[in-house]
Amino acid sequence: MNLNLTLVGQAISFAIFVWFCMKFVWPPVIAALEERSKKIADGLEAANRASRDLELAQEQADKILRDSKENAAEIIEQANKRANQMIDEAKEQVIADGKRLREAAQAEIEQDALRAKEALRAQVSALAFAGAEKILGATIDEKAHSEIVEQLAKEL
Amino acid sequence: MGIESPSAASYIKHHLQNLTFGQHPDGTWGFAHSAKEAAEMGFWAIHLDTLAVSAALGLLFLWLFRIAAKKASTDTPTGLQNFVELMVEFVDGSVKETFHGKSKVIAPLALTIFVWVFLLNLMDLVPVDFLPAVAQFIGVNVFGADPHHVYFKFVPTTDLNATLGMSLSVFVLIVFYSIKVKGISGFVGELTLQPFGKWMIPFNFLLEGVGLLAKPVSLALRLFGNLYAGELIFILIALLPWGLQWALSVPWAIFHILVIVLQAFIFMMLTIVYLSMAHEDH
Repeated sequence: MNLNLTLVGQAISFAIFVWFCMKFVWPPVIAALEERSKKIADGLEAANRASRDLELAQEQADKILRDSKENAAEIIEQANKRANQMIDEAKEQVIADGKRLREAAQAEIEQDALRAKEALRAQVSALAFAGAEKILGATIDEKAHSEIVEQLAKEL
Repeated sequence: MGIESPSAASYIKHHLQNLTFGQHPDGTWGFAHSAKEAAEMGFWAIHLDTLAVSAALGLLFLWLFRIAAKKASTDTPTGLQNFVELMVEFVDGSVKETFHGKSKVIAPLALTIFVWVFLLNLMDLVPVDFLPAVAQFIGVNVFGADPHHVYFKFVPTTDLNATLGMSLSVFVLIVFYSIKVKGISGFVGELTLQPFGKWMIPFNFLLEGVGLLAKPVSLALRLFGNLYAGELIFILIALLPWGLQWALSVPWAIFHILVIVLQAFIFMMLTIVYLSMAHEDH
């Protein structure tokens, strides 16, 4: 077991290996490692952010859904109300129309009756004349007696 | 077993001898043919096996990690990139837990230590005779060497030179950062003015000096000791009759999987701790 120059040789190769390792091996590997861990950290953060965003979006969607449901309910209610109102209005209209029509018809009927009465009256006076002529067998001065007949007709 | 049924002692010795190149006492250069010759070469010799295996494994580490580093992107990682990222994240986490200063060196340093030391230790799990036999075959047939004299220790961390080479580099970094952060006066003050104040400077210096020097020595010896002992057990197991070896070598290897990872981790962690201590003011 002799100590000799091998010791120096070994120290020299050691120094060269350490130098090479320091220059060409360590930096690229450690740089890649650090970059990767940064990348992973970034990725995790992005995932976190995304899940937070998702939660937010879910909440928003829920809110929109709730709002729209409320809206729809309101609209339906309004529509119902409006429909009822329209039905009521239509009913009133119909009632009013019917009444007016009935009144018009009544008035016409009354007028017709009046007109028929006039016509009847005229015919009655003529008939009365004709009857009297026949009964009396003589010509009655129409002018002289028309006053009496007209009075008679008015009494009918 | 090795060659021509050597005695147990010579078999073990053969396995614990590095392939040493240096100057013989007579002035010629060459390989040491025995432990004695290697010892005679003194300090100015090198263990070719330790250097070659550790350099090859270091290059393997850098090559693999460089491939992954080139492809590194923020996409889903697959295969090799996954493994490399796992290692880098693990080391980065360990460093960030312990070291609170700012330094571009410490994390790559820790990664290099962990993976490299692990790979060096991993050679311990290759059967003890397998790779040396390959080396012997090449030595005999390519270089025409005497098979008895082809030594090859395949686990660099069982060579104290390898572990001490690394721990002394760490020691240099400790001193460098101590001076860089606290200044020379701060560093010297730390070594001499505590724990007993300025009237006990020599005593303080002795205490703190030993403490400082103990760091690289303990770092090197811990790794070396664990792996050397583990390897020795494997060698001893290899001396058993071949039909029985598995009964011991398999449990020991499984246990050793834990040891080699743990030792690599301890070496890395202590380096981080020492360097973070160097960065802190008391």
